[in-house]
Amino acid sequence: MSAVARLITPRAAAIVVALLLLLTLPAWVGNPYYINIASQILFFAVFALALNVLVGYGGLVSLGHAGLFAMAGYTAALLLARGHGHLVADTAALAVTVVTAAVYALLSLRSTGIGFLMITLAIGQILWGIAYRWASLTNGDNGVNVASRPSPFGFSLAGADGFYYLCLVVFLVCVATMAVVVRSPFGASLRGTRDQERRMSALGYNVWLIRFYAFLLSGFWSGVAGLLFLYYNQFISPQIVALTTSAETLLMVISGGTATLLGPIVGAAIVVIMKNVVSAYIVRWNMVLGIIFILIISFMPEGLVPGSARLWAWLRHRWGAGKAQPAAKTGEDGA
Amino acid sequence: MSLWLTLAVNSFALGGLLFLLSAGFSLIFGLMRIPNLMHGSFFMLGAYFGVTLLSQGVNFWLAALGSGLLTALLGGLIERFLLRRLEGQVLPQVLLTLGFAFIIGDVCLMIWTGDPWQPPTPAHLQGAVQVAGLFFPIYRLVILAVAVVIAVALWILVDWTRLGAMIRAGVDDPPIARVVGIRVSQLFTLVFSLGAALAAFAGVMGAPYLSVYPGLDFEMLPLALIVVILGGTGSLLGALVGSFIIGFLYNFGQAMFPDLAYVILFLPMLLVLVLRPQGLFGKVVA
Repeated sequence: MSAVARLITPRAAAIVVALLLLLTLPAWVGNPYYINIASQILFFAVFALALNVLVGYGGLVSLGHAGLFAMAGYTAALLLARGHGHLVADTAALAVTVVTAAVYALLSLRSTGIGFLMITLAIGQILWGIAYRWASLTNGDNGVNVASRPSPFGFSLAGADGFYYLCLVVFLVCVATMAVVVRSPFGASLRGTRDQERRMSALGYNVWLIRFYAFLLSGFWSGVAGLLFLYYNQFISPQIVALTTSAETLLMVISGGTATLLGPIVGAAIVVIMKNVVSAYIVRWNMVLGIIFILIISFMPEGLVPGSARLWAWLRHRWGAGKAQPAAKTGEDGA
Repeated sequence: MSLWLTLAVNSFALGGLLFLLSAGFSLIFGLMRIPNLMHGSFFMLGAYFGVTLLSQGVNFWLAALGSGLLTALLGGLIERFLLRRLEGQVLPQVLLTLGFAFIIGDVCLMIWTGDPWQPPTPAHLQGAVQVAGLFFPIYRLVILAVAVVIAVALWILVDWTRLGAMIRAGVDDPPIARVVGIRVSQLFTLVFSLGAALAAFAGVMGAPYLSVYPGLDFEMLPLALIVVILGGTGSLLGALVGSFIIGFLYNFGQAMFPDLAYVILFLPMLLVLVLRPQGLFGKVVA
């Protein structure tokens, strides 16, 4: 086998094809409505990847991430409404979001598991309360409008195509960052704190600090996703700070499969597409969301991507070994 | 002067309601370690059941009890057939209870529409009593009295009865409790149903005062949460004290800083988390 042929693994080929499809998407999709849905998938995928840092790799289930997402959106929207430029507003928004994430972390990392979840939920509700009730600051239920999208380096983001490419660039940077972080020593130690907290501690790792940094990373990318969300809608209201947003994002992470790079992306695509399709026919999105939650934990608790991988391995095993072999139990390692 | 007194009475009434809501939450969350995110939904569903029963001309107390029983049945079924299979797995439990919370919220919206319902205060509890020249609305005092009675009953149940001892044993060491012949899983279903019933009962008691509307579920859930974090998980005394602190903060905050009232509610929780993570009356878990 030649060196070139060895480079073309199925995995590399799949990545190249996916990249080409994503880069040319506006050309073969055409309809701005669908391009906009693609943009939504991309920025929600960034948000889901951010949450996955904690849920998947850190084993820390946060139900307050809508607060971080909205913190960036609201900060930018309010600064823009007061006449500041896009660069100032966006930089400040990200800075404020990272600081907020630090506050979240300081309070919630006092516990793990169910305690962590409940504290993040409570902090998320505080931010919802500020967005909804502190009307003199946030304009309450009426939300905040943003007059225009920025045009960095003269590249117009006003149309569906332009905005899609912005989302794509941010998405690719995010995926690359996550891929590097996951494979780095930091990623390994984060997974270590998830699986063997006491052993990591005994080995001299500062478990708390590792989790704290993971929270900051998660907060930063949640903020980036929040900014894209703001510019996409050019509007933000307390609705996005509600628990539903945190729950939907958790659904993205879990439906795709936690602690994988592809899982949250697939999950974001499924949830966004379903939400758009379901909302077009019925108004019962919340019920559908609830039913999906229950179905997933009943039938595919490890998520769609690892779940499908398990199914595929099982099928191949059956096919390869003939009918004589009983079905092997492959669920232990969970892909 | 009388304004402050009125606020104080309202605070006690709200505190009583919050206790009924969070006592069950404290048992489920603190003792059984189940993150029950549908607890606010039990409150709202109970209130809606109560509204419907009341509109059929059912006596107020019977409506409250009936609503409690119906919700207990629902909670018991969910615990027995779904939550039970996920013992000790936080994430699936969260998803399941959150999923049911969304479904219950949506079903309520479908059946009872988006308009708020406010049943009238029951006739025999209307009016006010006059003490030392000041008027106190009877209904608020009744809520407080009911909460105190239930608090005492729960305290006796958990600390002084055989059943309570069995529950505590089941929580402390399930395998050993099973070995000595305690049917732990049945007890847990019972505790879960009791918590659901108390939340629903609180919903009916609160309906003439707070009214019932979509979104009430996720408004009550964080309140139960802050009460329990404040008081310490699993502590009934903590839930009682926490409820009254939150009741007072809510009413006085609303009167003095209306914009920030909701945020002020969370301040004591943050303070407790920083200074005393186990809560005011919580035990330190090793």
